[in-house]
Amino acid sequence: MAALLIKNGHLIDPAAGIDRPMDMLIKDGRVARVAEPGALPSKDAKVLDARGLIVAPGFIDLHVHLREPGQSYKETIASGTAAAAAGGFTSVCCMPNAVPVVDSPEWVRWLRQPERGAVVNVFPIAAATVGSHGEQITAFVALKAAGAIAFSDDGRPVVRTEVMRDALAAAAKLGVPVIQHSEDPRLSHGCAINAGPTAFRLGLRGMPAEAESSMVERDLKLARETGGHLHVAHISTRKSLDAVRRAKRAGVRVTCEVTPHHFTLLDTHVGEYNTAFKMCPPLRSEDDREALIEGLLDGAIDCIATDHAPHAADEKAQEFERAPNGIIGLETAAGLALQVLHHHHKMPLKRMVELFSANPARIAGLKGRGTLAKGAHADITLFDSVRAWTYSAFDTRSKSRNTPFDGWQFTGQVVATVVNSELVFTAKDAKETQRKSKI
Amino acid sequence: MPPRSKPKRAKAAPAPPFASAPGSLLDLEHLPTQDITDILKSARRLAKTPRDLLSKMLPGRRVALLFYEASTRTRVSFEFAAKNLGAVTSVVTASSSSIEKGESLTDTGITLEATGAEAIVIRHPSSGAASLMARHVSVPVLNAGDGMHEHPSQGLLDAYTILEHKKDLRGLRVVITGDIQHSRVARSNAHLLSRFGAKVTLCGPPALLPGSASALAPNLTLERDFARALRGADAVMMLRIQKERLAGFNLNVDEYIAGYQLTAERLRIARKDAIVMHPGPMIRGLELTADVADGPQSVIAEQVGNGVLVRMALLLRAFKA
Repeated sequence: MAALLIKNGHLIDPAAGIDRPMDMLIKDGRVARVAEPGALPSKDAKVLDARGLIVAPGFIDLHVHLREPGQSYKETIASGTAAAAAGGFTSVCCMPNAVPVVDSPEWVRWLRQPERGAVVNVFPIAAATVGSHGEQITAFVALKAAGAIAFSDDGRPVVRTEVMRDALAAAAKLGVPVIQHSEDPRLSHGCAINAGPTAFRLGLRGMPAEAESSMVERDLKLARETGGHLHVAHISTRKSLDAVRRAKRAGVRVTCEVTPHHFTLLDTHVGEYNTAFKMCPPLRSEDDREALIEGLLDGAIDCIATDHAPHAADEKAQEFERAPNGIIGLETAAGLALQVLHHHHKMPLKRMVELFSANPARIAGLKGRGTLAKGAHADITLFDSVRAWTYSAFDTRSKSRNTPFDGWQFTGQVVATVVNSELVFTAKDAKETQRKSKI
Repeated sequence: MPPRSKPKRAKAAPAPPFASAPGSLLDLEHLPTQDITDILKSARRLAKTPRDLLSKMLPGRRVALLFYEASTRTRVSFEFAAKNLGAVTSVVTASSSSIEKGESLTDTGITLEATGAEAIVIRHPSSGAASLMARHVSVPVLNAGDGMHEHPSQGLLDAYTILEHKKDLRGLRVVITGDIQHSRVARSNAHLLSRFGAKVTLCGPPALLPGSASALAPNLTLERDFARALRGADAVMMLRIQKERLAGFNLNVDEYIAGYQLTAERLRIARKDAIVMHPGPMIRGLELTADVADGPQSVIAEQVGNGVLVRMALLLRAFKA
């Protein structure tokens, strides 16, 4: 494989403390050299001109639903990872709520087979309990040996306290996280939207913030007790985030993620029963959204994850209460982060890159990823922080189009994605870059 | 008798969020004020129209009545309204149709349209079902109650009934009491009455009336104390406890009766000429006592009769006749 020289770019590698113009030489799937601009010889190397672009460690998404096995009409590993590449993600961690549930080493291995046609790295998350029924934990050791990087029953919570305790204790021994979908079903039964004025106006049952925070608080106690690493999936309320903050200060091993839709949208956007805005946890209030932005800025929130959840059009075209939860999100995550966090809330790009790369790599224990130090895997995301573009759901690489962001205009776009030295995505109009002054 | 509320003084409805076939009635929140006034005017005209003339108004037009949820008065009154006007009706219920075989709501709508239905009246247990249907068919959709959301024809017939007894909605004190959280009737009434300048008090215990309810429309007041709510009331609207929608919540019936049942004694707190309303079905001895339900201030039976008039007006509007 020919070497690849990425030159004229601005390298941001938070783990290595780098945020300045640097060139980089890639060889045999690894970062061979990082040097001052112009210092590396271009002889025998393909050259990628990154002028005007940020060169960042490949983005890692801790939370995607690739719908295989069993639901390939919604998404396949091939289509989902193509969407990931288009969104700048070089690695995705896929949730086990497939059909059947990924609770055995055989299925974990199956997910990683080359026949699946993945174009980015796929790291399976195995079910925390057998069949995700919440009764008995799975064979953590064998599942980890097969390639599982974390355990979760995502889509549903591990409700029983003693089972969650077992899971955290088992995970502690292996040094992997348990990812909890924090939702107390006793408080969320039949709820399709956040509790509040919009729920009342639409005549929909509202899910209170406590449905999430009470579960988070219980799990934090268990994490402290067992020493296990709790990762709170798609945190959505101020109350839960406050609990996580307090626990972090007290030294509990806890991390959490937030989705782009939760830091961008509100429950009011559901409008007149638009199921493209239906997900779980639901979109919340402005006060919650503000808390999430604060957490992203000050470090209380560790990473951004999409909860990419494809559904067929006819599934979403149902009564609001019946329609399935979730939206696709791989292709819009970076655009939303640049737009909302960087341009609007003045988040430094270095922090944004950390939320997409260094931190999720650390949480998932992905060695040699989330950084572009010498010897690291050659997974690279190149983006233009000011280029204007418009998202079209019609053109998505995902098999499904359930997005609330169709037609949205963004400032800041992923321009190229490199996985294991190979260019797996380049934005169509990369050459016709339209410069737009910063907002 | 035209409505006395001057439209220019009434607030404008928020813009409807998406297009539906002209003549549709999905909710009162987005129904233009002028349309409300016109519908009530039309219903009053119909009240004076001889039967033989009525039956020539929609001769042979096809109305599908799609009822996914149990109903007596709404279903019968829509059906009689259609037949009074000479239209042909077909009633489809969930248990007697392909709905039971798993046909989706949108496919059911498309099927009805393909068979020649020129208007679809829909009652459904899910909030938003009528607007979902309206997005997928090109004939007018009339919402006959969707989940806990709205029951616009009930809101209109309630306004019609009030205006039979009171000169103007503006400044009128209306108390809506009971299971407001689960009530589509309460939401439709709150939207309409607020728009026409009535002072609406919502009354009930926190479990049946969340604090967020006051944000539904302007001029809404929340009051937990029934006696205080009744003071100076011109109209008292009682709602049924919707046991089928309580979803696991256990209501202490004795406590509820002690706090919120409309008794003859409590009714005396309201104005002497206050009217007592109930959208039905009512449970005598629970939300109100039998003597109040059958008393001189009760207009409950009138409401049902007015329902046919208002629904005739709605069908004429749907067919632009």
